[in-house]
This record gives sequence, C-alpha cells and structure tokens, in this order.
Amino acid sequence: MLSLVPAIAVRDVRFAYGERVALNGLTFAVYEGEIFGLLGPNGGGKSTLFRILSTLLPLQQGTAQVGGFDLTTQQAAVRQILGVTFQSPSLDRKLTVQENLKHQGHLYGLRGADLQSRIEQGLERLGVADRRRELVSKLSGGLQRRVEIAKSLLHRPQLLLLDEPSTGLDPGARIELWKYLRELRQGMSLTIVVTTHLLDEAEDCDRLGILHEGQMVALDTPDALRSSVGGDCLTIRSRDPERLASDITGQFRVTVQRVGDQLRIEREQGHDLLREVVAQFGTSITSVTLGKPTLEDVFVQRTGRQFW
Amino acid sequence: MNQPAENRQSARPGLWLPVWTLAERELIRFLRQRTRVIGALGQPLLFWILFGAGLRNSFQAPAWSKVLGRELTYQEYFFPGVAVLIVLFTAIFSTISIIEDRKEGFLQGVLVSPISRLALVLGKLTGGMLLSLIQAGIFLALAPLMGISFGTVQFVLIVGFLALLAFALTALGFVMAWPLDSTQGYHALMSMLLMPMWLLSGAFFPGGESGWLSWVMRLNPLTYGIAALRRLLYWDHTLPSSIGLPSLATSILVTVLFAVVCIGLSVVLASRQSSRNAR
Repeated sequence: MLSLVPAIAVRDVRFAYGERVALNGLTFAVYEGEIFGLLGPNGGGKSTLFRILSTLLPLQQGTAQVGGFDLTTQQAAVRQILGVTFQSPSLDRKLTVQENLKHQGHLYGLRGADLQSRIEQGLERLGVADRRRELVSKLSGGLQRRVEIAKSLLHRPQLLLLDEPSTGLDPGARIELWKYLRELRQGMSLTIVVTTHLLDEAEDCDRLGILHEGQMVALDTPDALRSSVGGDCLTIRSRDPERLASDITGQFRVTVQRVGDQLRIEREQGHDLLREVVAQFGTSITSVTLGKPTLEDVFVQRTGRQFW
Repeated sequence: MNQPAENRQSARPGLWLPVWTLAERELIRFLRQRTRVIGALGQPLLFWILFGAGLRNSFQAPAWSKVLGRELTYQEYFFPGVAVLIVLFTAIFSTISIIEDRKEGFLQGVLVSPISRLALVLGKLTGGMLLSLIQAGIFLALAPLMGISFGTVQFVLIVGFLALLAFALTALGFVMAWPLDSTQGYHALMSMLLMPMWLLSGAFFPGGESGWLSWVMRLNPLTYGIAALRRLLYWDHTLPSSIGLPSLATSILVTVLFAVVCIGLSVVLASRQSSRNAR
C-alpha cells in the first residue's frame, strides 16, 4: 500500500546552467514507499533534477523537501537519509569490494560488528558475496553495479535515488535488479526514485513523471498515462492494407491510421471492435493485435515530438 | 510536513571516523601503486646524491655554518631541502588524486554522504601527511651518515614539524587540485609554482641577503618551513638569524598560518555545490 506522506516535495524548481535552462518550474511529489520514475529523453532535465535531489547541485529557485527536511537548509539531514546510486560508478576501483563498503559505512557513522554484518547481508542479497575480496576493477560492469547498489543501501536509507540503473546491465540482470528493487521497497519500506530513458524500464515504476525541456509534461501511473491517450490500440496487418482501411472506415466509422503495411486504430473497448472486424474481414487479415497505447505514444501526444 | 521516523536514522558520522577512513584509503591506494612510492621517495633521493656530488666543489657555505665548527658540505646543506622535497612530492601526488577521484566518480559518493566538508578535507590531508611522514622518516634515518645526530626529543620535534608542514603543503595542493579537471593542468601549476617555491626557499641554495631574490625568499612561506627544519636539525647550536634563516619562533608561526589559510581555503572550495562535482 502506498502512503500519502511525501518523501519528496518539489515546488516550482528552476535551474539554469548559465543561459541554458535545464529545469523550468517543476512541481511534484513522491510518496513514501513508491517506485517513482523520471522518464525523458537525454537533455530533458532528469540528470539536473537528480543532482539537485542528491545535494550535488544547489537549488537556484523554488523549494524542495526530502524526507521532510529542507534541501537547502538541512543538507546534512537529507544526506543521512538518502542513498544514491550514480550512473557512473562511485566505487574506488583500486580497492576491494569489502574495502569500498567499509569506507562507505564509516562515512555514514557505521562501524564494527554492525557494519560488518550489514556488508555481508548486502553482498549476499545482491549475489556478490563471493567476490568481496576482489578488486573492484576486476569485476564486470554488471557486478560493479550490484556492488554500487549494495553500497548505496548500506546505511539503510529512507529514499534511494538511482540514476539510469540499467546502464551496462544485460536484460537478465535488469530483470533481477527490478525484482530486487521491489523486494527492497517491501522489506525496508524504501522509497525509490529512478531516472530512465528506457520506455520498458519506465513501465516497472508505480508512478511516472515525464520530463521534457525542463518541465513535467505528464505524471501518473503508467497505466493511467497510457489510457489517457485513447483506450486500446488495435494493430492490423493485411496483404492489401489500402482496401482494408477504406472498408473498415466505411463499415465502423472509425479513424484508421496507416503506418507502412499496418493499420492502427485507437479506440475505447477495442476488443468489441476487434471481434467485429475479424468477423467481417477475416479473410483479408494476416495478423491482428490488441494492446494498450505505449508510453512512447504518451510522450508523442504530450510533446508533439518523437521520443528518440 | 511529516518528520522521518527516528529509528531509521543511523548514527551521525562525526568528524574523526570519516577523516580516518578517507586517510586510510589514501594509504592503501598509495601502497598499491609502487610507481608512486618510487616517484615520491626515489627522485628526491637521487637529486640529493647527484647534486650533492656535482655541486660539492662549487658550493659556498652560508655564513651561519661557522657556528657548527666544521665544514658544511653541500650534501649536508641540501639535506633538509630534500626532506621537504619528499614532503612536497608526496603532497602533490596525494592531491593530484582529487582530480582522479572526481573523474573516476569516487568523489561524488563522498560528496553526497553526510560527512562535513571539513572531514573531507582533513581526510585527504591526513592521508597525505602520514605518507609524507613515512617517507621523510626513512630519509631522515640517513642523517647520521651526514654527521647529523639527534636525540629522541629532537626527533619527535622534527617529526612533529614535518607533520605540520605536510598538512600545509597538502592543503596547498588541495586548493590547486580542487578546481582543476585535468592532471595536465596540475602538472603545469607544479612546475610553474610548486617547484620554484621549493627552489627559492633556501632548500637548494642559500639566498642572497639583498636584491629581488631576498624578497622572494622573504615572501615565500616555504622559506620558513626549511628554516625551522634546519634549526631543529642543529638543535644544539645557536644559528644566527638571517633572511634565508629566520628564527625558529617566526618560522613555526608562519608555517602554522600558512597551514591554517590553506586548510580554510580547501574547506571553502569543497563546500561549494557545483555541477563539476557530478558526473
């Protein structure tokens, strides 16, 4: 269950690098216990927002609270409850896995047996316990990322910020990572904020904010965002798409969009239409799929731009 | 606004645990890079042997050396200068790693942690200081070969002063390295600023008592570092003061001020939030 306590509250935040405006009046909240995604193409403002929330960049305008602490005046408290997994590793490659985590623990005031048991637990959970004595430089990119995540969770943060967590992970490792993130959210009642430019990664979030040119152009659950586009999406392949298109338009009075040899129809209650179309024109149809609109459709609809 | 649950808070890191852990990391990294050990200790040692032999006959001992009651060879004159060079090189090597830490991403992890920026700076400086002391200590063990002998108290004073000087020089390196994005830039500053500072401190040759050189020496904080070390080495003799050899009290005072200013600047620089800190 999601609670309604904001883990992050951002109001009217603006940020510019000199002349270039990166964030242009952002207001949103992330609630405790949710996995919140920040989706957008590169250059949309995700990284800037990530850096502000992780206290690396100052707030130029607007206000932001993290875990109830003010991001400008209570930085030390914010840093204490925050775990940050950077896109580029923050591990010291010349040290072993164990040494990296030990130093990390010390930076958060952990020590002794408590620290050691946390290190062992963390490495165990991420499946890298047997590599603990190896130099980080000897590990593959995927394993380094796991150690990176273990590092950011060592002090049991209330809020975990992950910047493009799937970078450098193969599909199997990515599925594992998301499984683990969901477990964490349950087990540690952790709030997770993920930035991503991958549409299918965004699907895994509880709620999603879409950033474009420094503004939040959409914010809702992935399902709600998709259904805001227009019900279901019917995709039909045919040997003679031209003729089929005019037949369907004549018969059912719907808008048919032709993309290559495919016909796309957006419509509420798409399954009813599907049944009727197949009954009427079954012989001239090679294949047909019924699905929800994708997040890419949402982005295109809200911004009038291609996502890629 | 809801306050976060108290039980989720881990212990505050305080000052000394992070300082120690960052310093320990410096030591481990240093020892894993053998070339650095050779560079910081070997090069000054080589200078000492080669210049000592090469400049033996052309060296004119400064006036204060008469107090010693024996001839001051160039090798002996150069001895404290080499000790300070070891400290300087170690300070350079340990602060150039700030640029690497930034590039490799380690620094961003430290910056988002709840440690104070003073702890961050002191961690780096303590690491540099300990490395300096280990290496300078090895070198000082050679002092008896020069006919310089010292008792325990004197040894403790020398080590204590070298620690202070190492703090100051590492902090100076910190101030130079923090704003830089490339190690090339640091090398330029090193040859244009740090090496001349050492050359014109009385480490390499006794300065004149008049002319522009005497003013450079007077304004050079390292002159006071070399002078204090020289006076501590000849603890039993009362050396007369001169521009190249200020009194012990003045020398220590200037070195303390130098350290405080550089540490202060380091903390100010490290406290600034900047897009350079994120990768």
